[in-house]
Amino acid sequence: MADLMLTARNALPQGEALTLAATRIEVLTMRRLTSLMPGRDAAPLATALQKHHGLTLPAPGGRSLREEGECLWFGRDQYLLIGVAPSPLLSGAATMTDQSDAWTSVLLQGPLAREVLARLTPLDLRDVAQPEGATARSEIAHMMGSLTRVAADGYRLMVFRSMAETLLRDLRETLEAVAARQAL
Amino acid sequence: MRLSTGGRIDRSRRVGFTFDGRELSGHPGDTLASALLASGQKVVGRSFKYHRPRGVFSAGSEEPNALVTLGAGARAEPNVRATMQELFDGLEARSQNRWPSLDWDLLEVNDLFADFLGAGFYYKTFMWPRKAWEWLYEPVIRRAAGLGALSGQADPDPNEKAFAHCDLLVIGAGPAGLMAALQAGRAGADVILCDEDHELGGRLLSEVEQIAGAPAMDWVSATVAELEAMENVRIMTRTTVTGVYDQGTFGALERVGRHQRHSPGALPVDCFWRIVARSSVLAAGSIERPVAFQDNDRPGVMMAGAMRSYLNRYAVAPGDAVTVFGNNDDAHRTARDLLAAGVHVTALIDSRPGVTTDLDLPFYPGAQVTRASGRMGLETVSLRTASGEMKLQSDALAVSGGWNPSLHLTCHLNGRPTWNEELAAFLPQPGAVPGMQVAGAAGGVFATDACLASGAEAAGRALAELGLTAPPLDLPQAEAQGYGIAELWAVPGRGRAWLDLANDVTVKDVRLAASENFRSVEHMKRYTTQGMAPDQGKTSNLGAMAVLADATGRDMAATGITTYRPPFVPLPIAALGAGGKGRHFAPERLTTSHAQSLAMSAPMIEAGLWYRPSYFPRPGEKVWRQSCDREVGHVRQAVGVADVSTLGKIDLQGADAGRFLDFVYTNKFSTLAEGRVRYGLMLREDGHVMDDGTTARIGPEHYVMTTTTAAAGEVMGHLEFAAQVLRPDWDVRLISVTEQWAQFAVAGPQSRALLENLLGRELSGEILPFMGCIPVTVGGVEGRLFRISFSGELAFELAVPARYGESLFATLVERAEARGGGAYGMEALNVLRIEKGLLTHAELHGRTTAYDLGLDRMMSPSKSFIGKAAAARPGLVAEDRERLVGLRPLGASKMILPGAFLFEEEAEPIRVNAQGYVTSSCYSPTLGDTIALAFLKGGPDRMGERLRLVDHLREAVTLCEVCEPCFLDPEGERTRG
Repeated sequence: MADLMLTARNALPQGEALTLAATRIEVLTMRRLTSLMPGRDAAPLATALQKHHGLTLPAPGGRSLREEGECLWFGRDQYLLIGVAPSPLLSGAATMTDQSDAWTSVLLQGPLAREVLARLTPLDLRDVAQPEGATARSEIAHMMGSLTRVAADGYRLMVFRSMAETLLRDLRETLEAVAARQAL
Repeated sequence: MRLSTGGRIDRSRRVGFTFDGRELSGHPGDTLASALLASGQKVVGRSFKYHRPRGVFSAGSEEPNALVTLGAGARAEPNVRATMQELFDGLEARSQNRWPSLDWDLLEVNDLFADFLGAGFYYKTFMWPRKAWEWLYEPVIRRAAGLGALSGQADPDPNEKAFAHCDLLVIGAGPAGLMAALQAGRAGADVILCDEDHELGGRLLSEVEQIAGAPAMDWVSATVAELEAMENVRIMTRTTVTGVYDQGTFGALERVGRHQRHSPGALPVDCFWRIVARSSVLAAGSIERPVAFQDNDRPGVMMAGAMRSYLNRYAVAPGDAVTVFGNNDDAHRTARDLLAAGVHVTALIDSRPGVTTDLDLPFYPGAQVTRASGRMGLETVSLRTASGEMKLQSDALAVSGGWNPSLHLTCHLNGRPTWNEELAAFLPQPGAVPGMQVAGAAGGVFATDACLASGAEAAGRALAELGLTAPPLDLPQAEAQGYGIAELWAVPGRGRAWLDLANDVTVKDVRLAASENFRSVEHMKRYTTQGMAPDQGKTSNLGAMAVLADATGRDMAATGITTYRPPFVPLPIAALGAGGKGRHFAPERLTTSHAQSLAMSAPMIEAGLWYRPSYFPRPGEKVWRQSCDREVGHVRQAVGVADVSTLGKIDLQGADAGRFLDFVYTNKFSTLAEGRVRYGLMLREDGHVMDDGTTARIGPEHYVMTTTTAAAGEVMGHLEFAAQVLRPDWDVRLISVTEQWAQFAVAGPQSRALLENLLGRELSGEILPFMGCIPVTVGGVEGRLFRISFSGELAFELAVPARYGESLFATLVERAEARGGGAYGMEALNVLRIEKGLLTHAELHGRTTAYDLGLDRMMSPSKSFIGKAAAARPGLVAEDRERLVGLRPLGASKMILPGAFLFEEEAEPIRVNAQGYVTSSCYSPTLGDTIALAFLKGGPDRMGERLRLVDHLREAVTLCEVCEPCFLDPEGERTRG
């Protein structure tokens, strides 16, 4: 039975899930995700990341971006390399763990995005606290997740794969409620 | 009666509504209360205890009387304050606490027995027999007294909760609040301005006065327009700030959809906000208080300021002949405005001797109203002047006992207000809430010009704290009304004089409390229930305290007031619980095999947040036991497949990962060879077992730990604590990989053959021994294969990245079925592990030790680990501790139920004789008998003993025999295969 091939499947159907009042919920494609944990000294990782991926090591709450690749601060002493396969040469500078299948990413973008998120996360989303490019680990609708402001009116939300349907349901219902308020 | 001109209502449109089925109408801009008054509806409710007819008393959220039920069926909303409810077309309101009707209420008989129904009467009366209180007296009393009733059905309406953040929260949009928001907005601060009304302006909406040489509302409109144009200012109307919490967090209730006809859809009814503000300005205004005199609760008696609201804002005349009574200058404004509107004013009565008025009306300084008469509506007002008693024909009476600053929010962090003699009011304690400035009437500043200045000053102080520069001050000219007042709380006289209209508490009740030695305000409050109705005594607290002060011979400062606690207005539980109802209670975690399990008709059960298949029914199987027995048979005789992805998986890496595992587990892991797996036991710091699981070493500095499903989060937190706090000096890096991998148990005598075929490679005991692990490629995907068993059979667990989980599960099930086996669910998994005496959280319930579980040999004597010292405490190793055993039934009854207690055969089955308890039981199809696991005092030394099992709840009595907790293959030959 060597001809067996397993087929991959995202936790959610990819693409647009709902657009309401010009605000879009879109399930993003699965990209390569690698957790980088440098331990107490992050300097070697900063050097290696720059050298092999051209990315700076972001400060807490930040991210660095370059063409395909992205490096996201992902918690205490933890970074997430997104979109590229990690160079094996990083291994001396950080512990690497594949997380590509562990997270589901959803984009929420449009004029109501911030109002929707105000109902799902306690984070301060004002420009002063969460400028474009800022990222945070926080609660998203009872789930622990990652929230990154990817555009002036766009947020990428990440939760564990198993909770993907809950996230999508909460996003849909909240967008509907906020849109209904706008119509008042 | 509606006046022909004036008011802030839209006379061009009519809004139809019903009250107790009567069809009435009002205008946009009306509240239900103003529309009822305009329609001539004097009686709007019945009182709590005595069922006395009551009318509209106030014009705000402090209303004690005009509570109604809106809507019907599951949407019925009781205790809605008519004074806050905006009128909309199709609104249906019903009066409350009356039977059979508002005009004719049988329980008004209570009023005749008032002498027997004073404060505390039921504590004294219904003493015997004791038990009757619960099943007879209390239900009857509750039925007779009370407010609106809940529908008893689930609330169908959506609600929401939301967060907001700002630099400055301004609470209240009267002159002070508007001015504060304007200054802060101009300075560039992020401002949230909340007001509980749907229109901004506060008292200015209800008063006739000038600001900047024009009607005050012109200034309000211009100010609101400027604020609305500012991007840094957010205006939240219909939003009541309800509570102050730590670190600048405020609770606020926004009425989102209550001002319009219900429309099915996503629009929430209410939104509960948590607003986080760096600083705040409290400009909540003040609440007028009444004066107590005989029968001062008659319909038609109303607060003087509220009467101006109805007159000026809603263009409603409260009566044809109105009397005004007060102890302060402000009451004169009501008389003035009534006259200006062309309403006949019978008299202005001022309790202060020597005051004067320019108004052209009968004026009685130094006089007091002694009684209001007219059961279903005010007819006459009795007064006592220096020259004697007299009566006035009046159908409305405006009363003012002065104004109480709305300082409630300043008390939510334990601030205590201070008494001010000059204003005869309590004022907020400065600094009571960090970062909060108090402005306007909330701080005892009553004149409009002073309120504007006070708002600007408060904003200035807040801006300085925020590090912002206040803009140049541009204070408009406004009126500087004087506010002279002389204390008057209760007019002496006969009969009952009401303090708390909402809970029917009279002056007599408070005096009675004092005479029975309930002298502290807190005791008086609880004895009389004053201030404990939905209005929380907003109009009655101070009056009651003044009467208490008088009765106990103390002054107001020494008497003090009760503690104000959140919420400032009643909060619907539905708003507080928004986002947590039904499926929103918790996230649903779904495995990659979820869809296929559902397709196989498996009922799902919750395990933590996960949904796992209970069993997989096949055609012809009528009860779960048939499916479960068959699935157990698959594993014992052929091969079964189960999704075990829900178990926690934690990746540990780093130079000190091995040492770290030695530290968190009771047994040793640093010595574990690469490619091998070991069972580990983890203790809490107090020596009790926290969790168990297997850990594999997959590289020199790389381990993968598994935890139980239920404790995955707890274990992760425990490891983080150990790594960050206990051993920060060690190099160990932790990350959860639970979600990265889909993992499936393949168990049974044919599991090896199935996997060898699937993987196209040999899996003999030499290549993959029991408790070994190897990397494998399955269907073109890199995975991991573990040889571990939770069933006592030859078994493996195969893990692949989660995206391939669904596909792998499908092929494994298909192949297992081809071999006479199939998928198995949680029920079969449970039976399989009980047959082997393996543990879950039924046994690892947090009060058991390794010693209790028969695992004390896993406590390594040669190293230190978390919980070791505490586990050695004498109490945790005592011989009579309840320890793990197996049980089998002996007699005809086979009922062994988890939770049942064990007794010696002849002992009486009472608590003190309990020898232990059952944790897990099942019918074992393999053994053809019921088997169970239990904890029994000195258990391992009592093998073969006969015990009586008693389940007091389910009334089962079973004779049992104590046996070893492993019922099958104790040597483990099948596992090692």
